Amino acid sequence: MSVSPESIGRGDMGQALAKRNLKRPDEAIIMALLTLCAAVSLITTVLIVGVLIRESLTFFEHVSPREFFLETRWQPLFKPVSFGIWELVAGTLNVTFWALLIAVPIGLATAVYLSEYAQPRTRKLLKPALEALAGVPTVVYAYFALTFVTQDFLRPLLGNDNVPIFNALAASSMLAVMILPTIASISEDAMSNVPRELREAAYGLGATRLEVAVRVVFPAALSGIIAAILLAIARVVGETMIVAIAAGSSPNLTMDPLSPVQTMTGFMLQVGLGDVQRGSVDYQSLFAVGMMLFVITLLFNVAAYFFVRRYREEYE
Amino acid sequence: MATESISLRAGGAVERRQLLSRVSRYVFLLATLIGISVLAFLAYDTISSGASRLSLRFLDNYPSRFAEKAGLRPAIWGTIWVLGVTIFCSIPVAIGTAIWIEEFAPKNRLLTIVKINLNNLAGVPSIIYGILGLTIFVRFYGMDRSILAAGFTLALMIIPMTVIAAQEAIRQVPPSLRDGALALGATKWQAVRHNVLPNAIPGIMTGIILSISRAAGETAAIIMIGGFTFIRFDPGAAIPGELFTPGGFWDGLNESFTIIPIQIYAWTIDSRREFQANASAGIVVLMAGVLTLNLIAAVIRERFRRY
Repeated sequence: MSVSPESIGRGDMGQALAKRNLKRPDEAIIMALLTLCAAVSLITTVLIVGVLIRESLTFFEHVSPREFFLETRWQPLFKPVSFGIWELVAGTLNVTFWALLIAVPIGLATAVYLSEYAQPRTRKLLKPALEALAGVPTVVYAYFALTFVTQDFLRPLLGNDNVPIFNALAASSMLAVMILPTIASISEDAMSNVPRELREAAYGLGATRLEVAVRVVFPAALSGIIAAILLAIARVVGETMIVAIAAGSSPNLTMDPLSPVQTMTGFMLQVGLGDVQRGSVDYQSLFAVGMMLFVITLLFNVAAYFFVRRYREEYE
Repeated sequence: MATESISLRAGGAVERRQLLSRVSRYVFLLATLIGISVLAFLAYDTISSGASRLSLRFLDNYPSRFAEKAGLRPAIWGTIWVLGVTIFCSIPVAIGTAIWIEEFAPKNRLLTIVKINLNNLAGVPSIIYGILGLTIFVRFYGMDRSILAAGFTLALMIIPMTVIAAQEAIRQVPPSLRDGALALGATKWQAVRHNVLPNAIPGIMTGIILSISRAAGETAAIIMIGGFTFIRFDPGAAIPGELFTPGGFWDGLNESFTIIPIQIYAWTIDSRREFQANASAGIVVLMAGVLTLNLIAAVIRERFRRY
């Protein structure tokens, strides 16, 4: 009897493999265990979203969403009590803005240097050193923001009267150091992925190295660079220790880098430290602020994911 | 004949462009060195201001009202115990998830959802994991402010990044190894167990170690579940032989605790300035641990780089 060509098609192969697997009961057990493992991450997400929504709803039973989203004063601890989220959002915006102002130029210049100028040997040496910055625990940066940046640098430079002990700039500068590797490393990957032909075409037309880097490679790697910055923003917005220690705990609707501010994460940590009574409305506000934080970071992460996918599609 | 010499040097606008390009190299180099010099300076500053406190006594003393006598002992034990729980819980789940995604999962919508979900979870701020731990472990399951609750919380936090690293490692294994095993009649699990995993282990280990070093420095999440306490005993000081007797292993896991980053935090915000030296010394200890982990990860990655 001859075997027809169709019977050795792919479908039958799959069937054959499935049959083989069925003969061994332990295979099914392992499959079930692995599926269970994968379920853990889905359950985590469901729990996070569930906890945030449930507890926020309790909060909104006592405080109207109108007040939460439209008022600008955040004063949960003393009277007159007011829960206007915008002061906390402004605090986050303040430190994020100044951190990006410092980190983006330095990070992109680093990426350009590593990708376009550095010898392979130099690059092999510098890149791990830079990435070591990403491994530093943030409480360490927080310590430096308070002791070194504020006390040993800003205060002697600008005068004790002009620099409060807790200020946004100290926090921003250390946040900038924290996200520097994120921006530099991801942008560098994107620039290295730009095809060689684009560079050589430009050189062939007489462009200098700077012109190739800035006018050819940079635009070609733009979606990767944007992804890097979006990820950096998500990290700054979610960072807690640096802002809680160095930026202070007085909500403040300002973009002034030298004034104390409280960020969303800073407020959450303050509640966590036990300054606020459990079960009270101020305690519930922890979850409403957490919800806001979760949504903002999620938006930036999803946007970054979208841009990463785009640059992968372009050149890989 | 021709008196004017022909020069290859460019003049005018071209010369300006070339000069600009030559100068730009140094500008970019300078920017690159900023990040690295900050790292070097921070290291120097910490060591010099913490040097007066660094001694074996510092590692062995309990916290104290007197800066010179205050030490890290309970924090070190607490860190070891919490990380132990974290490692024990996160590694099997993370590796299992990665294997499922790369080898077993049906290629459908569910898989896409799981992947996107992992990516998003890896970006969730640690303080949100802290809230999760507080609500689920500390309050709902009544674990209180225990080592167990902290270990579980950190495990949930590092699982996504460990999975992503492990996936990458599994993907690096050439498909020919798996296909060869399958062609010889191995079941899917046999192929994974004997051909894929042994080759992916170095990459997976690297990812695990980096995640653990992230967990070791985590402060905010642990403060949220109530880890900011003054502790004058050794957390989890237990006799491994006695599991469920009073004072045994299980009781140890349910004790309250503190960890090194929280001790650093406590010393940093202390209004008495002499405690800043303690914070510096604590940072030296923490960084020594974290950098050692990173170094081990780098060595494994270089040693076993094959494909």
